[in-house]
Amino acid sequence: MSAIEVRGLVKYYGEVRAVDGVDLTIEAGEVFALLGPNGAGKTTTVEILEGHRDRDAGDVEVLGFDPADENREFRERIGIVLQSTSIIPELSVREIIDLFGAMYPKPRKTVEVIEIVGLTEKADARIKTLSGGQVRRVDLALGIVGDPDLIFLDEPTTGFDPSARRNSWSLIQNLRSLGKTILLTTHYMDEAQNLADRVAVIAGGVIVAQGTPDTLGGRAAGAARVTFRKPEAAADIPEPFRVEADRDGLISVQVDNPTTALHRLTEWAVRRGIDLEGLAVTRPSLEDVYLSITEEVDGG
Amino acid sequence: MGERPGLAGLSLRQLRYENKIFWRTPIAAFFTIFFPLMFLLLFSALFGDEVIEIPGRETFSVAQFYAPALAAFAAGSATYTNLGVQTAFARDQGILKRFRGAPLPTSAFMIGKISSGIWIAFLASALMLAVGAVFYDVSIEPERLPAALITFLLGAGCFAGLGMALGALAPTGEGSPAIANATYLPLAFASDVFIAIGEPPVWLRVIGDVFPLKHFVNAFQDAFNPLTDDLAFRPTDWAVMATWGLFGALIAWRFFAWQPRESGPSARRPAD
Repeated sequence: MSAIEVRGLVKYYGEVRAVDGVDLTIEAGEVFALLGPNGAGKTTTVEILEGHRDRDAGDVEVLGFDPADENREFRERIGIVLQSTSIIPELSVREIIDLFGAMYPKPRKTVEVIEIVGLTEKADARIKTLSGGQVRRVDLALGIVGDPDLIFLDEPTTGFDPSARRNSWSLIQNLRSLGKTILLTTHYMDEAQNLADRVAVIAGGVIVAQGTPDTLGGRAAGAARVTFRKPEAAADIPEPFRVEADRDGLISVQVDNPTTALHRLTEWAVRRGIDLEGLAVTRPSLEDVYLSITEEVDGG
Repeated sequence: MGERPGLAGLSLRQLRYENKIFWRTPIAAFFTIFFPLMFLLLFSALFGDEVIEIPGRETFSVAQFYAPALAAFAAGSATYTNLGVQTAFARDQGILKRFRGAPLPTSAFMIGKISSGIWIAFLASALMLAVGAVFYDVSIEPERLPAALITFLLGAGCFAGLGMALGALAPTGEGSPAIANATYLPLAFASDVFIAIGEPPVWLRVIGDVFPLKHFVNAFQDAFNPLTDDLAFRPTDWAVMATWGLFGALIAWRFFAWQPRESGPSARRPAD
């Protein structure tokens, strides 16, 4: 059974169609990353799935529930890590986790949760004395204290230093290995690349691309970039490599059919007895693909 | 699946949490508990020598009248101002949204919040009367305590309902203390809290009669008034308080929002 099933989701803000017909299927046990520029409809979509916002049209099923119904069992089975929402500043880390844990039928132990998010030393510190990154970890703690089946993580590592991010990543990987379903939004492509089983790009209120991080937007097939140092005798170098070298003396060309293009290039080089220095074939990074997809949407 | 936590336990937890927040917010604790007490000290310093002589009976200090009036005033501000301001701020900060996303029944949240307001109101009133009794010879008569308790519960409940309405209607948390004070303090002047005006102008009397604070103050004063001969049951005053309380609860029910209120149509969209 799918954990999340969305068909034709629409949400207006006044005249603006912020979400304009989103279809999305997320399988149980999957880590799914929703990517998109600011204002693309990411948070609106996620908040509708969490039950925080009403929708104007479309079918939404989350764990078999309609999130628009105010259902306690639904809320017992989801965990929400909100973006930019403050936590009661007067309480200590332990107190707030105790308070929220007590709402669930089968909560994790408070000490255990505090340890998982790495705040053992700050357990009795008031929230208002914590740093931004530490508060974000309390957010994470509140998202997992109920031991939910489905966890929403809205930009969970924004503002983290690199080591805190790595820790959060391993926490998320742990949750995945426990069979939890995770819906993640993020600005960081390396985060999506590292964590997600599948990613979708939302722009202009619609899903414009969907796939695994490795195949998104035809990443695995098709275009690749061939780079090498321009040899001294390169007058009859085959097309499409007959171009000016850049400042570093490198020729770098994007080719649609790398197999054929490479064959032509290396055959020429072998015939001439030339060793192509720094020869590399690179696939576009997830970020390249993401940028080209979202630029297309912006341009159109 | 483990046992689903019960309503009573969750409500009690919420009550304890709300209390903790209150005591850890010194400014709220000061204005709610000690500010009204200052009036008692002030009035007694100003009018301290005046005693009220009743022919054939003992004499009484003015505090005998001020202390219950200020106790009712404190109870009203502990519920109306505190609950209203806290709720509006918690909504703006997204704290209510956080509760909304958790499996906390709305009833447990509301019971916890309102009973915490009433509990703090009780402490503020009791402290006022205790200080009055110890330092200013305020006498408390046991046979009228049941009436005092009923009046207190209806008064505090009434202003708790109105406080929740204030919290729901206040456009921003920042603006809510101003709204609370601009409504409650002038009303206190029309409601026999600070000065018992011999012959008030009609409009002032009408305002006092329409709104619940004067009924709370008068009924509560009667429960401590040595001149009262009955048990101080005041059904008319009680009915006015109950009506206002229900009215407030209905407004709150209709306009309560868990989500931060974004102003203007463009700002309603989250910047994701």
